[in-house]
Formats: sequence, C-alpha cells, structure tokens
Amino acid sequence: MTPVNAPASTRRSKRVLPGFGLTMGMTLTYLGVIVLLPVIALVLKGAEIGPARFFAIATAPRTMAALQLTLTAAAMATVFNAVYGLLMAWVLVRYDFPGKRLLDAMVDIPFALPTAVAGLALSALFATNGWYGALLEPLGIKVVFTIWGVAVAMSFTSIPFVIRAVQPVLEDLDPQYEQAAVTLGAHPFTIFCRVIFPAILPAFLVGVTLSFARSLGEFGAVVFIAGNLPMETEIASLLAVIRLEEYDYNGASVIALMLLLIALLLLAVSNLMQAQALRYKGGGS
Amino acid sequence: MSITIRNLTRRFGQTEVLRGIDLEIRSGELVALLGPSGSGKTTLLKIIAGLDWPDAGQLTVSNEDWLAKKAQERRTGFVFQHYALFPHMNVRENIAFGLRVLPAAQRPAEADIAGRVAKLLHFLQIDALAYRFPAELSGGQRQRVALGRALAIDPEVLLLDEPFGALDAQVRRDLRRWLREVHDATGSTTIFVTHDQEEAFELADRVVVMGAGRIEQIGRPDEIYDNPATPFVARFLGLTVELPVVVRGGRIEAEGLDISALTLPAHPDGPATLFLRPADIGLVPDPRGSYRVTELSSTGALLRLRLEGPADCSIEVETPRRLGQNLAVGQTVLLRPEAGQIFQQAAPRAIAHAA
Ligand SMILES: Nc1ncnc2c1ncn2[C@@H]1O[C@H](COP(=O)(O)OP(=O)(O)OP(=O)(O)O)[C@@H](O)[C@H]1O
Ligand SMILES: [Mg+2]
Repeated sequence: MTPVNAPASTRRSKRVLPGFGLTMGMTLTYLGVIVLLPVIALVLKGAEIGPARFFAIATAPRTMAALQLTLTAAAMATVFNAVYGLLMAWVLVRYDFPGKRLLDAMVDIPFALPTAVAGLALSALFATNGWYGALLEPLGIKVVFTIWGVAVAMSFTSIPFVIRAVQPVLEDLDPQYEQAAVTLGAHPFTIFCRVIFPAILPAFLVGVTLSFARSLGEFGAVVFIAGNLPMETEIASLLAVIRLEEYDYNGASVIALMLLLIALLLLAVSNLMQAQALRYKGGGS
Repeated sequence: MSITIRNLTRRFGQTEVLRGIDLEIRSGELVALLGPSGSGKTTLLKIIAGLDWPDAGQLTVSNEDWLAKKAQERRTGFVFQHYALFPHMNVRENIAFGLRVLPAAQRPAEADIAGRVAKLLHFLQIDALAYRFPAELSGGQRQRVALGRALAIDPEVLLLDEPFGALDAQVRRDLRRWLREVHDATGSTTIFVTHDQEEAFELADRVVVMGAGRIEQIGRPDEIYDNPATPFVARFLGLTVELPVVVRGGRIEAEGLDISALTLPAHPDGPATLFLRPADIGLVPDPRGSYRVTELSSTGALLRLRLEGPADCSIEVETPRRLGQNLAVGQTVLLRPEAGQIFQQAAPRAIAHAA
C-alpha cells in the first residue's frame, strides 16, 4: 500500500484533535464573506472602468498627490514607530521601575481611543496656540496642516502594533542566549545586534507591517490635523470619500484599488522577509 | 589555569545558596561537581564564568583576581544544560561566534576563522552537520556543537552544566568517554556539574560533593565511594540503609546483625548509626534472626526485599536473585553487612526508605 492510496482512516488518524473539517469550513466561509467578497467586488468595479480610464484616474495629479502624501507620511510614521516602539518594548520588558504597569496599560490607549478624539486632541496640542505648537512654531516647525501633522496622527494611532508585537517575544527570550554570548566575549551592543535582534526580527516585522498598513488607512485622526488641502495635505482615503460624495463611484474605487494594491504588496514583501528571518526553524520544530 | 575559591558566599534574598565554598582546582584537572538539585552547583559555575557575582569571598585564577574581571574578559568556555545554541545561526556560525565578536584588532581573518571552525567540526566528529540549524539536530549533536562553540575561543577554563542531562543513557556513555578525550587533548581545566554519581566517578579526576550550599567532601572517586565523609554524602552515594547501633569497646553491637564480615575504622564508644548500601547486605536465613521478610519483588537480576526488624525499624535491601533462592516472605534472617560506614550522630532523614 503506497501512502498515496492510504485509506482515509489512516490519514485522519494523523491529527491529534478532531474537528478539522468544521473549523476549516467556518474559517473559509468567514474569510470569504467578510474579507474576500468585498475585495472581489472592488476589483470587479475597477475592471468595469476599463484600463484607459482607470489609468487616467490613477495618474490624475490630485490622485497622485494624495497617494504620495499618504505613502510618505505612513513611511515617516512607521520609521518612528519602529525605532520608538522597539525601545518602548525593550524598556517595558527589561527594566523594573515604579509605574511600569501604568505605562504598560497606557500603551493601549491609542487603540482604545476613538480616532476622532485622538485627532481632535492632537490638533489642539499642535495648533499655533496649543501646548506643543506654541513651543515648536517659534522654531519654525509647523505641524498642523502639513505632512508632519499627518505623520504624527498616523504614528499615534499605530504605535501599539510594534510594541505589542515585540514585547511578548522579548519576554520569552531565554536569558541563556545572552549569557552564552557573554561567555564567548560578546559585549552588550554586539549581543543586541547578533543575538537578540535576530530573535525578535520576525515579530518586529509583523509589528512594523501592521503599523504601516494601519497608517495607510488611518482616516479619523488624520483629517482633523491635516487641513485637507487638495494637492497638499489630502490623504488618499479622504479623496476617495470626496469622490464618493461627488457621485464619482469610478474615481472612488480606483483610489480604493490603489490602496488595496499597495497594502497587498506590502503584506507580500513582509511575509517574504519573515520567511527569510525564520528559515532557521527547520522542518522539525 | 589553577582555580582557587575562598569562602565564596551567595545569597538570593534570604536564602543562602552558597555558604562559604573553599575549593582548589589544579591546572588541567577534570573535576566533577556532584550534588542534589538545588545544592548550588549551577550558581557556583556561573560565578566562575562571571555570569553571577558572590556576596562575599574570593575567586582567583592563576593568581589573578577574577572577581575584578568581566565575564567577557575571562574567556571561559561555558556549556549550558540546554545548549543555548543560537537558533538563527547554523552550526558553523554558532561555532565561529566567539571568534567573530572579538575586537577588530584580535579578530582572525575570515579564512582563518573558517579553517579553525573546520578543524573543530572534524575534531568533534560533526563535519556533516556544518550547515544545519540547531532545530535540525539531535540532542547529542547539539551538545557537541555547544562544546565546539565553547572550545573555539581556546578557553583555559571549561565549565559544563549538566552536559549530558537531557540525553539518553547510551548517548550519555558515548559522550562521556568523548568528553574525557576532548579534555585530555585540549589540556584545559574543566569543571562539570552533574547529579549522576556514576558519571562523576567515571569521568572525573576528583569529585566535589555539594549539599545545600556547602562542600561536603572532596576527593578521588574511589576515595569518596569507599569513605563517605558525612552522613549526607553517605546517603547521596546510596548508603540508604541506616541502622541504629551501639559501639562498646570498639565493637559494634546491634540486634540481628552479624558484623564479622565488616571492617570499619575505629570508632568512639556510644550510640551511632551504621550506613549501608542495600546491595552490600548479605541475608542469612536463620530462625533466630530478628529481621523478617515482609515484601519480596524481583527486577530480573535482583531481588528487592523489605525487612522488618527490632523496634519497628523497616529497611529495604537488594540481593542477586541467584543468591536469594531460599528466601520467602515471612522468613526471619540475620543481616551480614559486607561494607558500610559508621557515623556518630546522624540526624534522622525526612524520607525513610531506600532509593
Ligand atoms: N536568580 C535566582 N533567584 C533566586 N533564587 C535562585 C536564583 N538562582 C538560583 N536560585 C536558588 O538557588 C538554589 C541553588 O540553585 P542552583 O541552580 O545553583 O542549583 P543546582 O545545584 O544547579 O540545582 P540543579 O541540579 O537543579 O540544577 C536553588 O534553591 C534556587 O532556587
Ligand atoms: Mg543547575
């Protein structure tokens, strides 16, 4: 009897827990209805438009400007979140200090806060007469109604992704790896770069990807602080809303499709990088 | 490199984990730290490596104060119980790690590193594994890689924490012999931790028995086996049968005991405790004997018996099955100990049955 022709019973017995059919079915149904179907609808809507028209809308100056602003600001926010989020996770895991639990709880505030509230608060703070604005504007740094404002709002709402992705992995990291590195003569910075960072890299990539994806789509917090000047501080999702309000369904779906494309591309790249970072896991464990 | 430890003390909060350790290890010696779980073996090893620091005491290596030195500068080879191989590096990269992290001025050229790693791989008989990741290795193979990584920096002091603890019996025996060869070939001063006495006795030049943060006895394996210095060592080395006796005029007196086969050093008069190995007790069926067989079971090669003696004392003994053909439950016997140790005052044990 070759493995290929093995009866169903022996194949089924390889699984420890029953219920594969049911759970897999539910997962696929859910994924289809909630995730896949809307995406397909969007793609079909885009396809109706025809390539020439699609290209014309996608490369219209206002669309290009909005996409460029969104991507640039999201990149700025993500770079900041990557550095600061890693630092924050490190501090929360590696040190004990009074107020640590409070700080840990505060990390989730950006997720818990309605984004409109966050947007209002941020624009009040950074306004010319706000606490931060009053300090920054004399230095020639203007945040509200500029790309900086967009980036600040994006960063605020997405930083917990990096912290919460890295934190548990860092917590579970066996101190023996660091001890081994110390006995082999490695100094702290080397140990971080060669031993600790590679271990948290996959989780870090997940956090950074999610942070970027969330920044791309952030709407509520951004519109309050951005000023929303066409060609200058108008983000892509806002432009899609504007098109919709103008009954320009084609225009809206082209912009949405562009955002979708960027997000999918990002996911693909991130998954490739994670696979690369995890290649050592081997076949066994 | 000779290692001198003086009055080393380590506390974790209230608990004293090391209570004044004094130890002298000669250059090139292979020493086993033997002791039950929690006796402070790992703590002592970590202090020597610089991964932990004592509250008091001295640690001198080749006349250098090692407590003034950082772990990175001590350059000890440390092998962890669970190997602690870097999971994202393959075998070669793991072994090369200690060379790659050297300051630029001391770091060998990449070609020299590759050559040294290749030599080690060959020496450790793991050439075929060079490009595997730790997740793709068996326990025994990981252990060899961990040792290779430690040896790559040419350590003069090699420390191994239960190096074979997680391996099966056959692999343990192979690696044990192999570790001895590695030690002899590198000439390093080696300390390894174990709680397996057979391993300690077979492998080590000298054995250090630790109990509850103290050194109970130091000596050559046979010396310790034949003459355990304290009741703790006696119990730990399997002298689990304890009989209350009285010494009078240099002679041991106890009911139901035939001590004609036993030779013991002179002992002061008074009450004492006789420590015996379950297998060192001969059983002579005798109607006047004061020990009665209450349980009897066979392990194949051995018969395991439970005996009840005078004053409700219950002991467990072993005897080769072919010598015990004539024994049966309910029978009375005389005990004929063939080897043992006597101590003046032995605090009663918490758990009173043989291992
Ligand atoms: N970081 C620590 N904090 C508090 N207590 C500790 C710490 N490390 C070790 N101990 C305690 O010190 C004692 C000795 O520990 P150690 O690891 O040295 O024992 P060991 O002899 O190596 O035991 P084992 O054979 O189980 O490995 C134990 O009681 C342990 O609980
Ligand atoms: Mg230990």
